[in-house]
Amino acid sequence: MQFLNGITLLLVYQLAGEIIVRLLGLPIPGPVLGMVMLFVTMMIRGRAAESVEQASIALLSHLSLLFVPAGVGMMTHFGRIAEEWLPITLALLFSTVITMVATALIMQQTSRWFVKLSAAQGQSHE
Amino acid sequence: MNNPGLQDIWVYLSETPLLGLTVTLAAYGLAYRLYLKAKGSPLANPVITSVAMLIALLLASGISYDDYFAGGQFVHFLLGPATVALAVPLYQQFSRLRQLWLPVLVSLICGVGIAAGSSVFLARLLGGSLEIQMSLAPKSATAPVAMGISEKIGGLPSLTAVLVVATGIIGAVLGTKLFEWIGVKDDAVKGIAMGVSAHGIGTARAFQVSSRMGAFSGLAMALSAFATALIVPWMVDWIEVLF
Repeated sequence: MQFLNGITLLLVYQLAGEIIVRLLGLPIPGPVLGMVMLFVTMMIRGRAAESVEQASIALLSHLSLLFVPAGVGMMTHFGRIAEEWLPITLALLFSTVITMVATALIMQQTSRWFVKLSAAQGQSHE
Repeated sequence: MNNPGLQDIWVYLSETPLLGLTVTLAAYGLAYRLYLKAKGSPLANPVITSVAMLIALLLASGISYDDYFAGGQFVHFLLGPATVALAVPLYQQFSRLRQLWLPVLVSLICGVGIAAGSSVFLARLLGGSLEIQMSLAPKSATAPVAMGISEKIGGLPSLTAVLVVATGIIGAVLGTKLFEWIGVKDDAVKGIAMGVSAHGIGTARAFQVSSRMGAFSGLAMALSAFATALIVPWMVDWIEVLF
């Protein structure tokens, strides 16, 4: 029952998200707004409902399965991919590598500065 | 097939959602077992093996993607509630996030911008069509978000879905090696980079390295879904103006 309640709540938030996005003409997808609203609800209540927690763990533990039907869709784009395979594969590969390396280095550097900065502030308060 | 009974059953099966759904779950189950057999090697990523198995099966049996998707859509649909569900790890990790909010915010915005900018720029440089460039732009966000954005900016949503999956696989396969080469050791840093560049498939990989890396990756993926939706359509407008 808990699991069912959890799934229902997730769907209710998604539905509310879809409706609001359409009503207000927002540029973000409905599920993303649903996620934000659920997050805000948990912040206000100060805890995550057990039902939602259970349903989320179940869904997120098999997250990669959910991408499989979309991945199989590759077969409908074989023609397009064959035509433009060079820009597609190189852009995919290099852009992913560049993004990953750059984000890691930026995060590493900024968190070092941030830790130093907050340590310095901590000292000046003493 | 000269047995009319079997022929009828086959016609029935190829038209019902039951077959598509069953083979999706069965292929993933098998792929996951292979992945465990390969001791969690990122090269045996269950998404690659199950997609390859399913495409081979469909081509061999002559079932169209549309007929397959009549069943596959039930799995695909769950991406929506799964996106909403990301609020839970986000909430649970919020105290850790708060300590590092500024570095996370800076890396997130830069990462999302670099992901979209570099893919559009590289595709353009190599002579890709505008449709391909726009389909590539949101590829680092999780599938439902990326597909929604792709549609808005003039890409092909179904092609974007494929590119999103490919990006996730590339990130999951190369990620840990890349971090080793550039000497990044902190799991929080690795997690943020993984989640920003390789969304859910990268996050699944990150959870295998450590729960800390997984949590930060899930966090980055949730935040970058949001940031991509806000930044990419606006950025694409600017790219159009500047080039």
